[in-house]
Amino acid sequence: MQYLLLIYGDERAAAAMSPGELEVSEKAWYDYDGWLRAQGWKLAGDALQPTSTATTVREQGGAVLTTDGPFAETKEQLGGYYLVDCEHLDQAIEAASRMPIMGRGSVEIRPVREM
Amino acid sequence: MFRRERGRSVATLIRVLGDFDLAEDAVQEAFLTALATWPERGVPENPGAWITTTARNRAIDRLRRERRLREKTETLRQLAGLEALDRDNEMTGIPDDRLCLIFTCCHPALSPEARVALTLRTLGGLTTPEIARAFLTSEAAMAQRLVRAKRKIREAGIPYRVPPPELLAGRLSSVLAVLYLIFNEGYVASGGSLLRVDLCDEAIRLGRVLADLLPGEPETEGLLALMLLQHSRRDARTDGNGDLVLLEDQDRSRWDHEMIDEGLAMVDATLGRGRPGPYQVQAAIAALHARAPRPEDTDWPQIAALYGVLAAMVPSPVVELNRAVAVAMADGPEHGLRMLEPLAAELGGYHLFHSARADLLRRLHRDGEAGEAYLRALELAGNPAERRFLERRLAEVDPSGFRADEP
Repeated sequence: MQYLLLIYGDERAAAAMSPGELEVSEKAWYDYDGWLRAQGWKLAGDALQPTSTATTVREQGGAVLTTDGPFAETKEQLGGYYLVDCEHLDQAIEAASRMPIMGRGSVEIRPVREM
Repeated sequence: MFRRERGRSVATLIRVLGDFDLAEDAVQEAFLTALATWPERGVPENPGAWITTTARNRAIDRLRRERRLREKTETLRQLAGLEALDRDNEMTGIPDDRLCLIFTCCHPALSPEARVALTLRTLGGLTTPEIARAFLTSEAAMAQRLVRAKRKIREAGIPYRVPPPELLAGRLSSVLAVLYLIFNEGYVASGGSLLRVDLCDEAIRLGRVLADLLPGEPETEGLLALMLLQHSRRDARTDGNGDLVLLEDQDRSRWDHEMIDEGLAMVDATLGRGRPGPYQVQAAIAALHARAPRPEDTDWPQIAALYGVLAAMVPSPVVELNRAVAVAMADGPEHGLRMLEPLAAELGGYHLFHSARADLLRRLHRDGEAGEAYLRALELAGNPAERRFLERRLAEVDPSGFRADEP
């Protein structure tokens, strides 16, 4: 089954990290990525640029409206994702629980709709 | 007997079919056939196997009738599974199946309400209207809750299995929480009569099943002991009018002493395991109440100490509240009252906080403050039997009804 793991965290806290903290964080994600690939679960995954770089597109009054910023202002922001293919939800939960974001954010697990 | 066999049959068929609804419908049909034919033909030697076999046949019939192209491979797989069910082994229901079912129904990805509803429906064999009545929701709402829960299991890929060792402790905790939720709903109902005895019996029955299927888990036995000890008081907890009788006023000869003996033996057995946990501690507290021949024989200092242990394990204002009540009994109301004050912020919306405070104030003859606290409790209490009790207490401290009339 495919699951999309949406990684939410506090952007401002992330931006305020010292170079030392950044290095530790990057190593942790690098190691995590290796673990996920070793499990055979990783299909795709990326870190995203912060919400200040986001553009939202929707239709309003029959016209396409483009605005600066994310879909919604939230306490925690979407910072990255992983697309995994594993047997069942407990494996997806394990993948989420091992992410370095634990303790500083949350991960939403969404099953991908099978067409 | 029916409930027990039903749970086993459903569990086996869910394992094979991977479909809750199909399994339940098939078992239901088998039961209807049994009810129609057994009175004349007699009960078969192995009723459980008969039910499972008949349900299996009903499921095969249904799958063959429904030729849905989209689910063809799924249907073929299910048919293959059903036909492969080995008569001797699997018809009697491997214990594992029910264990799988318990853990699946109580998976943390399901909401607590969904876990309770699904457990009662598939393992407990309660009907949807019965569960709806028990939890004071409409039948439509409860049916929806069950539909959504089953859909989530299917669509989110919740596995049908007993969790592996590294997850077992946490998942067992979730199962025990569901059972205790069911028991508590029966023990102090949020509306209507004080006790809904069936739910308590059901929770205890499921606790026994769990203890049988997964032996050697002290917290499971702790919860079972706790429920048995609490349930032993059921015939003494209400009087002829259905009104609440306090523990200290209960006629202890009406306690179920056989149940108490069983509970006490279990508490003693778990103490030797050396793996203490919150349910075992609560059971130990209940045991101290059960052992006291008269209220004045209750070992309150020990109870207060145990609440201290419990508070260290699962810190919560409610545990502190119970500890304060025990300390009040052991050392006097002023000591208990002092422990209650810091809890006011967190427990302001909890009627038992105000009624406990009111009781201590009453014992200190501070009737004015006691009256106000009883009023606060009444604003928040839902259960009619509890309300009548609070109103009686309020009348005792405020006979003129002066405060009750104030806007």
